[in-house]
Amino acid sequence: MQEPIISIRDLHTRYGNREVLKGINLDIYPYETLVILGRSGCGKSTLLRHLIGLNKPSQGDILIKNKNLVTASEQERDNILKNLGMLFQGSALFNSMTVGENVALPLKEHTPQPDSTIKIMTRIKLGLVGLAGFENFMPSELSGGMKKRAALARALAMDPEILFCDEPSAGLDPIVAAGIDHLVLKLKKAFKMTIVVVTHELESVFLIADRIALMHQGEFLFVGTKQEMKASDNPFVRQFLERRPDDDEVDKDKYLKSLVGTL
Amino acid sequence: MNLEINVEESNGIVFLHIKGEVDLYSSPDVRKKIFEIVKHKAPVILVNLEQVKYMDSSGVATLIEGLQQSNKYNGRFALYGLQNNVKEVFELTRLDKIFAIYPDRDSAIGKKDA
Repeated sequence: MQEPIISIRDLHTRYGNREVLKGINLDIYPYETLVILGRSGCGKSTLLRHLIGLNKPSQGDILIKNKNLVTASEQERDNILKNLGMLFQGSALFNSMTVGENVALPLKEHTPQPDSTIKIMTRIKLGLVGLAGFENFMPSELSGGMKKRAALARALAMDPEILFCDEPSAGLDPIVAAGIDHLVLKLKKAFKMTIVVVTHELESVFLIADRIALMHQGEFLFVGTKQEMKASDNPFVRQFLERRPDDDEVDKDKYLKSLVGTL
Repeated sequence: MNLEINVEESNGIVFLHIKGEVDLYSSPDVRKKIFEIVKHKAPVILVNLEQVKYMDSSGVATLIEGLQQSNKYNGRFALYGLQNNVKEVFELTRLDKIFAIYPDRDSAIGKKDA
C-alpha cells in the first residue's frame, strides 16, 4: 500500500474550554485531491491551520513526509513548510507590493535563485493562472477572482509538493469559481501535486475531489470517494448532500429560560 | 547530490548532459554551467534531459535563460529526450512552442530548428 504523504494522528485542539478538534485521524496520499467538507464552524479551517503549522494542537501528531510538524525544531519546521503552498481564503496578498512582487517574495526569501530566474518563474506562474501581463498591477487593481488567481500563483511559487486551499471559490461568482476549480485540476495534473481543499461548496467538491472527508463538530463522520459518499446512508451525509436544514425542534423551557434568564 | 551535469563537445556541438532532479536548489548549478557555455558563444548547445526525472519551474526558467543568451549571438539551443512528466510541464506552460525539442540525440543533431 502507498505510504501517506500526510498522516494526522489523534489530533485534539481546544479554544478555551471548547474542544474544536476531537481526536482527528486521517491519511492523505500522494497526488490525490482530498476535500475536507463540512459546515461553517465545524473545525475544518482550524485543521488546515494546523496542517500548515500556524496552530499547535493540544495533543496529537501531524506527519508530513514522515516528519512530525508538531514536534519539529524551528529549522525542521521551515524545511517541512517549504514543500507546502497555501491559498488563503482572503487571498492574503501584500497590498503594498505588486502582483509580481507578491509571487516572487517566497522565492527571494527561501531559495538561492538569481533575480533573473525568479522574474521568469514569476511570469510562468502568472501565465499559468491566466494573469500574464499583470505582474506590475497592485492587488487593489484586481477583481476578486483575479486576486484569487494571483494568490494561487504565489502559493505555487515554490513548486510545492502539497497545495492547501482554504475555500478557494468563496465569495466568487459561479463562473469565476468554476474557473478556479478547473485551474486547480489543471495544475495538479501538470505538477503532480497533492492537493487538500477545504470547502463547503458541493459543486466544487464533486468536480475536484478524489476523496472526501466530511467533518462534523470536530470529527470526521465520513472519509471516502465521491461514489461512496453518494451511496452513504449516514444521516448527516444525507442531510449535507440533500442540503436539508436542521430540524427546527424547540425545547420550550430552555428557550424561555434563555430569553428571560429564569423560570 | 541529486544532480549530475556533464559537458561533452563533439563536432562543434556542445552537449549538456543532465542527470537527476532539477529543482529550486539544484537549478542554479545548471544555470552556472549553461552560462559558462554561452559565454564562449558555443554555436550549438543541445541539452540532454533523458535522465531528468523531475524538473520544476526553476529548471524551466533556467533553460529559458540559456535560450535567451544563445539567441543573443544567434546560437542554436535545443532540448532532447524529455521524459513524459517533464514534457507535460513544458506543454502546460506552452514552452514547447518556444524551445526546439527533439525525441533523441540523433534527431537533435540532424534536424534544423524551424
